[in-house]
Amino acid sequence: MEADIISNLALGFSTAVSPVNLFYCFIGVLVGTLIGVLPGIGPVAAVAMLLPLTFNLDAVGAIIMLSGIYYGTQYGGSTTAILVNLPGESASVVTCMDGYAMARQGRAGPALAIAAIGSFFAGTVGTILVALLGPPLAEIALKFGAPEYFSLMVMALIAAAVLAHGSMLKTICMIVLGLLVGIVGTDVNSGMSRFTFGASGLADGLSFVVVAMGLFGFAEILSNLQDKADTASRDILNQKITGLMPTVTDMKAAFGAIVRGTAIGAFFGTLPGGGPTISAFSAYAVEKKLAKDPSRFGKGAIEGVAAPESANNAAVQCAFITTLTLGIPHGATMALLLGALTIQGIAPGPQVMTQRPDLFWGLIASMWIGNAMLVILNLPLVGLWIKLLKVPYRFLFPAIMVFMAIGVYSVNNLDLDIYMTILFGILGYIFLKLKCEPAPLILAFVLGPLMEENLRRALLISRGDPTVFITRPISAAFLVATALLLTFMIIPSFRKKREEAVADSEAL
Amino acid sequence: MPLGLQVKRDVRYIAPEVWFVPVSVFEIWRVFILKIKNQEDFWAGLMFVGFGALAIWLSTDYPMGTASRMGPGYFPTYLGGIMLTLGAIVALMSLKSEGGGKITPFAWKPMIMLSVGFVLFGWGVDHIGFIPALFGLSVVTAAAGQKFNVVEVLVMTAVLIAGAVGIFIYGIELPFPLFWWR
Repeated sequence: MEADIISNLALGFSTAVSPVNLFYCFIGVLVGTLIGVLPGIGPVAAVAMLLPLTFNLDAVGAIIMLSGIYYGTQYGGSTTAILVNLPGESASVVTCMDGYAMARQGRAGPALAIAAIGSFFAGTVGTILVALLGPPLAEIALKFGAPEYFSLMVMALIAAAVLAHGSMLKTICMIVLGLLVGIVGTDVNSGMSRFTFGASGLADGLSFVVVAMGLFGFAEILSNLQDKADTASRDILNQKITGLMPTVTDMKAAFGAIVRGTAIGAFFGTLPGGGPTISAFSAYAVEKKLAKDPSRFGKGAIEGVAAPESANNAAVQCAFITTLTLGIPHGATMALLLGALTIQGIAPGPQVMTQRPDLFWGLIASMWIGNAMLVILNLPLVGLWIKLLKVPYRFLFPAIMVFMAIGVYSVNNLDLDIYMTILFGILGYIFLKLKCEPAPLILAFVLGPLMEENLRRALLISRGDPTVFITRPISAAFLVATALLLTFMIIPSFRKKREEAVADSEAL
Repeated sequence: MPLGLQVKRDVRYIAPEVWFVPVSVFEIWRVFILKIKNQEDFWAGLMFVGFGALAIWLSTDYPMGTASRMGPGYFPTYLGGIMLTLGAIVALMSLKSEGGGKITPFAWKPMIMLSVGFVLFGWGVDHIGFIPALFGLSVVTAAAGQKFNVVEVLVMTAVLIAGAVGIFIYGIELPFPLFWWR
């Protein structure tokens, strides 16, 4: 078994260190960081926007580059949080508090460095976890039948609702809406066009790029244009950054936080529906609880940077475990990555590991290499990021719009896709106004067709008997877990905690 | 012909029989809406009810089948039903709930400008070519912002076009015509 892992990792590294793949990894990480640094554009929109860059690559190169973009944006987000007090994306919201406080004390260098070191540590642990847990999970997953898959997806979606911000009932509505949007297109079994309103361009269904760009790109720009009076309010650090490296005391203080943050991130990352945001938030809360002097937090405590940064990176890495082995994405970005695989002609699922070991292990190895690159790349480039942050928003948003338009159009060369993006953009803007969380919608949109197919198959095998979902043990276990999640939500004390957490994170 | 209209010569006069019911329905509705504390949830609930109803209505065209042999209408009809029910619960609960607030006004100008820019691009690539389409997109989009300086916008557009052509046409070779003469 261990020998297996070593030989597998060797295969992975030999794939990943080929000059071409190293180059893709580098470009992905660099471009990802660049976009992550810019406030107001998150990982989902970034990956969707840059998807066309990978069309001409082979599958391995494409997935390596896209995952590089993903953790690059995550990391770039923390740079912005520390330097400007603006979260580049939602997972770095907590980093703002102590990171920016440190920066104001002239300790931006150590804050950035500890974020990088914490992320690298978490990334390394995450990579090992993927390598260790991937194969056995894939083996279990190969035994899954239609009922198991259906129940697993129900669990993933409910978990996403529980862990999301805001009202759970509204989030479940968004999930159902996502499933309905997933129905648009030709029904595979009957060949009937559903919800297409007669448009032939919708016969193949809506492209996830369209939905993602609309809900996350277009809508986000609309709300930014309304909220922010250009960049006047941006508080860019003008002090020179001196002393990049943290001191020995810093390292000692941060070490425990990094380890705990990594553990928390790994836990939430592996859970379907959990993601970097909730990991970062929980890790921060844990550190504050454990600290001898909690009042230091918010005033530049290094643990307050180390823990959430390690946690969100661990979560990003561990998200690959279930995504790659089960073929079930558990977040919007992972859904995009799987979509990219599908475009490359690879059906995501447990069979990927046996059929395309170079892809699977190459990706794992490149994740580690990518994390190392992030450390090496970011510290020297801080100056460049600061310059980038000084670009006013009035130049940024037309550029983002241009890239989005090209990204959407290039998927199918279809003008209808552009018009649908507008529709989803306006819809996404309305969702923002009504405080409806769009991320679960996109997850449900991707899972929708899979869910319908597995439901159909499960009921076909059981001759229409719905008890099949509870008489098969694995499927029953998933449903019991789902029921537990839902009961937790009804228990008042837990519910209050969650509401407090949500309120806290909104107040930040 | 409505009763009141033919009697009076004044064109602005509309008899109470005609307006009383719609206006009072509207007025009751308006007062009712104003009383709701959680406007966000109320409208969100209504929106979900609407989508649910739409899904059910559209699905009536597709055969339902049975549980063991699901037709194309089966899954969407059930989803629509779930959505309608949950949406109604959200809307009803908003009548009592304390949290949540008023909905902030919509930014109409950016919404229209960004949409027009996108339409220009979507239609334009095939009809007037990649570069003119990008030009339209960039300029119209930039007009959605608060500041619009012609020189600034033109320079930015030129940079964007140069970058986009470099990356997408020469770099990854997307098959778009550059101009209308191809």
